[in-house]
Amino acid sequence: MPHKTFFWFFFPTGLAMILFIGLPIVSSFFQSLHIENQQILMEVENCDPFGCTTNVRVDVEATEKLKEENPLGRFNGFGTYLDRNHLAFDEIGEAWSASSSIGEFKDIVLNLPFYKALLFTLTFCFAVTPPVIFFGFIVALSINTLTKRLKGLIVFGTILPMIVTPLIGSLVLFWMIDSQGIIGASIKILLGDPNLSLKSSSTLTWITLIIYGIWHNTPFAFIVFYAALQTVPQDPIEAALIDGASRFQRVRYIVIPHLYPVATFIMLICLMDNFRVFEPIIGFSAEGVAQSLSWMIYQDLRNENKMLFGSAGATSMLTIIGIAILLTPVLLRTWKEFRTER
Amino acid sequence: MDSQINRYSKQLIIFNSIFILIWLTISIFPFLWTLWGSFKVKADFFTRSDWTYALSGFNTLLETGATATIKAYIESWTEGEFWRATMNTMIVTISVVTISLFLGTLGAYALSRSTFKYTFYILIAALIFRAMPHITLVSGYLFPFFQLNIWGILPTTIIVLVAINQPFTLWLLYSFFKTVPKELDESALIDGCSYFQAFRYIIMPVMWPGVVTAGLFSMMLAYNDFTVTALLLNQENYTMVPKINAYLGTIEYGGNYMWAVSSVVSATAPLFMIIWFFQRQLISGLTAGAVKG
Repeated sequence: MPHKTFFWFFFPTGLAMILFIGLPIVSSFFQSLHIENQQILMEVENCDPFGCTTNVRVDVEATEKLKEENPLGRFNGFGTYLDRNHLAFDEIGEAWSASSSIGEFKDIVLNLPFYKALLFTLTFCFAVTPPVIFFGFIVALSINTLTKRLKGLIVFGTILPMIVTPLIGSLVLFWMIDSQGIIGASIKILLGDPNLSLKSSSTLTWITLIIYGIWHNTPFAFIVFYAALQTVPQDPIEAALIDGASRFQRVRYIVIPHLYPVATFIMLICLMDNFRVFEPIIGFSAEGVAQSLSWMIYQDLRNENKMLFGSAGATSMLTIIGIAILLTPVLLRTWKEFRTER
Repeated sequence: MDSQINRYSKQLIIFNSIFILIWLTISIFPFLWTLWGSFKVKADFFTRSDWTYALSGFNTLLETGATATIKAYIESWTEGEFWRATMNTMIVTISVVTISLFLGTLGAYALSRSTFKYTFYILIAALIFRAMPHITLVSGYLFPFFQLNIWGILPTTIIVLVAINQPFTLWLLYSFFKTVPKELDESALIDGCSYFQAFRYIIMPVMWPGVVTAGLFSMMLAYNDFTVTALLLNQENYTMVPKINAYLGTIEYGGNYMWAVSSVVSATAPLFMIIWFFQRQLISGLTAGAVKG
């Protein structure tokens, strides 16, 4: 295809991607270098019969004017990245000199908003992925043994958790697990503890969120494994059967090695997707104990009257760096695939 | 020979059936429970005293005179203006699917037929774009959109969703176009067709399975989106998912839980029906590109 034809075919989609994916990243970065305007203060003298007092007040007019002239705020360089809500190097340095033990230091650092969110995000990613791969594989194996007529129906049932949006999925689970829902209330009765509640302990909330993550992501792993199972060559399995291998041995030594590349693919996609975890936190109303990086950005932007563009931009940039680290293996894999294809 | 490989011992079959039953319960029961609960009143579905109330509908009987009620549905659709959210979702979904498929098929066709090296870099760039968390993009949109005064309206959101959706659509359609033999359009070109004519009259007619699959994924993205719609639309233009979230927490609706429960059912039912019809396409789309390695 000549360059010119290619250009016109690709132009609309390319333009859309550059305008709404490429530019926003640049714009985010640009915003992160700025910070909200300071309020302009003025001294007002109030005089009454008993004397004069001076008050410091916000000059609304001047503040508005400044905002109009300079809507993005003032230039702050990398200041936002280093403040208490982001990388907080100063606070970490202080904590290092002030704390007597590693444990104390760790506590202080992990209470800083950014590190707290990072810890949750990473814990979520790495706690969800292995069970997802495990359960996805087991479910695929067992559904694969069914007769064709049953399969369609059961596959449909299996993929439901994946096709609802995370917010709805987490709400549906939350309404059951909540202390007033069916499961939560039953557990309360079983354990005889009337005060037990999901919100009472941060560990419990984290575990619930992780269980939700597994519930939501397993269908994806299942589908990919299920499709891959159809491509397992039958000859080695037959040969193993003749040699007297049990079913477990056949799965362990023939099927699993065949599925390794697929498992890595699922793992990478899973890690990448879960790094953006955000909606379940809202669904489970877990903001108090579990914050993720994406949630921090949402929080900065949620309030229509006072959006913290700078802070959101800085967190976005840091999130993108995280994604880039997770994305590198996927890119390398695709790169190799392309090379071998050509 | 096939039958021997697939002959299982009795224990295995029993164990397998039990496992699948447990699995199905875990994946389906929460939805059935929500459906059931949506016909009760709040005191039953979110009960502090006795969860069996949710089954028997004790308070529902006291409050409405029957063990099931559609009060929550009626109120959320009228008073809660869920009809408006549904309409907005329909507008957004249909527009996103149409525009995305139009742009996506053109772009992916070009990518699959060009032999130059830059197609490779474009596809890699698309992969990087696909990995960007949507919320980081939204943080880049808000400021310019406020300045341009295009925040809060449906068309902006539609274009944003189309763009966000493009990388995945391109990859998916690219892998489908690759399976259509090149000779097909080459012979059309020799016969005097332009590239566009070959694309329109020769390739598109055999591409329907791919187009349906890509359309299904665009639909799911647009229908399910929360991040973009919640932050880029104003209250009146909310689609279904942010609307449900609004029922839960804002002052306006005062945390009206049963509205949220019934709206969750109203929002998921059509989605499940569509997926029921297009299950095969969904699965083929998810596995395209995954299983090759």
